[in-house]
Amino acid sequence: MSSNSESGKLQTLTEKNVFALFVGLLLVLSVGGLVEIVPLFYLKSTMEHNQFPELLWQRKEGQTLADHKPGDGMRPYTALELAGRDVYQREGCYLCHSQMIRPFRDEKERYGHYSLASESIYDHPFQWGSKRTGPDMARLGGKYSDDWHRKHLRAPRSVVPESVMPNYPWLKDSPVDGETMQAHMTGLQTIGVPYTDADIAAAADEVKGKNEEDAMVAYLQVLGTMTKLDEDKAYRE
Amino acid sequence: MDAAAEQKYDYGVVRWFTVMAVVYLVVGALVGVYIASELAWPFLNFDSPYLSFGRLRPLHTNAVIFAFGGCVLMATSFYSVQRTCATRLWSSKMAWFTFVGWNLIIVSAVITLPLGLTSAKEYAELEWPIDIAIAVVWLTYMFNFIMTIAQRKTSHIYVSNWFFLGMMVMITYLHVVNSLAIPVGMFKSYSIFSGVQDAMIQWWWGHNAVGFYLTAGFLGIMYYFVPKQAGRPVYSYRLSVIHFWGLMFGYVWLGAHHLQYTALPDWTGSLGAAISLAMIIPSWGGAVNGMMTLSGAWDKLRTDYVLRFLIMSLAFYAMSTFEGPVMSIKTVNALSHYTDWTIGHVHSGALGWVAMVAIGAIYHLMTRLFHTELWSIKLVNAHFWTATIGTVVYIVAMWVSGIMQGLMWRAYDEYGTLAYTFAESVEAMHPYYAMRAVGGGIFLLGAVLMLFNILMTVKKASSEGSLQRARTAAVATA
Repeated sequence: MSSNSESGKLQTLTEKNVFALFVGLLLVLSVGGLVEIVPLFYLKSTMEHNQFPELLWQRKEGQTLADHKPGDGMRPYTALELAGRDVYQREGCYLCHSQMIRPFRDEKERYGHYSLASESIYDHPFQWGSKRTGPDMARLGGKYSDDWHRKHLRAPRSVVPESVMPNYPWLKDSPVDGETMQAHMTGLQTIGVPYTDADIAAAADEVKGKNEEDAMVAYLQVLGTMTKLDEDKAYRE
Repeated sequence: MDAAAEQKYDYGVVRWFTVMAVVYLVVGALVGVYIASELAWPFLNFDSPYLSFGRLRPLHTNAVIFAFGGCVLMATSFYSVQRTCATRLWSSKMAWFTFVGWNLIIVSAVITLPLGLTSAKEYAELEWPIDIAIAVVWLTYMFNFIMTIAQRKTSHIYVSNWFFLGMMVMITYLHVVNSLAIPVGMFKSYSIFSGVQDAMIQWWWGHNAVGFYLTAGFLGIMYYFVPKQAGRPVYSYRLSVIHFWGLMFGYVWLGAHHLQYTALPDWTGSLGAAISLAMIIPSWGGAVNGMMTLSGAWDKLRTDYVLRFLIMSLAFYAMSTFEGPVMSIKTVNALSHYTDWTIGHVHSGALGWVAMVAIGAIYHLMTRLFHTELWSIKLVNAHFWTATIGTVVYIVAMWVSGIMQGLMWRAYDEYGTLAYTFAESVEAMHPYYAMRAVGGGIFLLGAVLMLFNILMTVKKASSEGSLQRARTAAVATA
């Protein structure tokens, strides 16, 4: 940097004045994040349901979450599923299991149709994961029976001898608390998940007498079943 | 013994940060070796929620990044900012607040993470009350640092301080935005972002925790401690300027390369990958700058074990900053993503670069801060070899297992069906998971040797009275 050029002068300024350096850093460091993140909030092409509205459940006045049938489109989790998702997060399942199928032939055959952005629209936080020590979970729902899941959660190696997953025997002994789930749903409602007040009011009854293992099974069984994807549609470029 | 420096500068808080850093290195590596062993021998989960892999893994990452890494950054930045600005810390009280606050945060992490209290965002698991505490402590740290530079007695701000400040500013941005969440209980919250936006923000945080916390900050260490230990000036001023602004501008964009082929729009991932490739230039410029600082003094590597750590760290820095961009290329990423290769890459950076440069800086600091020689130089040499061998064993194991996983998952047999079940790929990983635990164990052994050596050095300083003498000796005042 020759000291008589413009950039040379700027460099000298930042080297002599810490506040100039501070402001320079504030500006330079903000660019990458702004360019990559902000458009994701307003570019219509980011979310596939802008082009294919059927991906989201079009809920009619007075319908409850129980009125949703598999394939009707993405909906918020029921209280029991949400409780399962809370357990999934608490136990750090996302550290070994992804929920994001990539558009490759082998992943399609192993796990199913590639994942869409609209499919995690109600996931606060996202659960795409970054590592597959175990297999992907994005379309796990319906692949195994509830009984299989219970056995597998309590003692994975009893059904998959090669597994390195921890046993989760404590889940069946921990009850799901209705009031806690109502608080969780209210929080999610505040940040935009379309729960109705009726959904939240019904939550306590829905989880009454259920334990965390029931919740986990409900969550695992709904993964990938809410919306039906069409092989012939190009959801993404 | 440098009584003048002892009395001129604020060394007390630096001494505490330095020793605690070594304690956390041992703790973090110990938890790491344990969870690595759990993957090789799952019975080690002992059916206990508090010991299960999913809860201990965040404890490992938080312990090494925020406890060890944080204490190293705070020790070295508070030390070098005073030395390069020829002034005391702006506020000693505020620095002690940073020390106590940061360590309380670490203690709260050690308690809450095994209890399963987590926001479930990788490398940002701590729940909202702790997140607020982190923001407060971090801002006091940055404020004190800036004000110390503002009252400096030198004309220019030295390059190490640019890097430290860049790290502080960026971590503030990242921590605040990525932690935005709605509390739904005392220790439970949900990210206000969802799905694809949350993913992008998380990896903007995730990669920059690496890029700034673990790279820019540690480059600050490199730019101060390598020239000091080598007794030579930095090789090129011009290269430092390019390295600095290139890194500051470019690193921020890289997070998107963690989301190649996902539901993140293609433009974002490709942009992230393109800038990732371009980042080889400033990164290697920096590595060359550090290494060439030794030109004319290479013979010192034969005798100076502390310098060996610093130079080995630069070799790993160069290697990881080449490997990273390669892994961000889409065709490579298609294979490497979701596999152990990523874990190997992280550890060649974390063990080979971050830990090695930190260890070198800590050994350097110990002699200055306690005004005595290290208790055992032989142990430093033993540590150097255990750290190097442990790191190499670890990353080789992960390269093999990672590439093997990627190939097994996509392999087809002669009938055109998938050749392996997922469970078969898990079974095939076992020897490499065992090998990784051994590599980590060797590295941990070195860390234990270091802790012992450091504690004995403190004891030696106290029995010799060297620290006491430095504090009380009469020095000529300017």
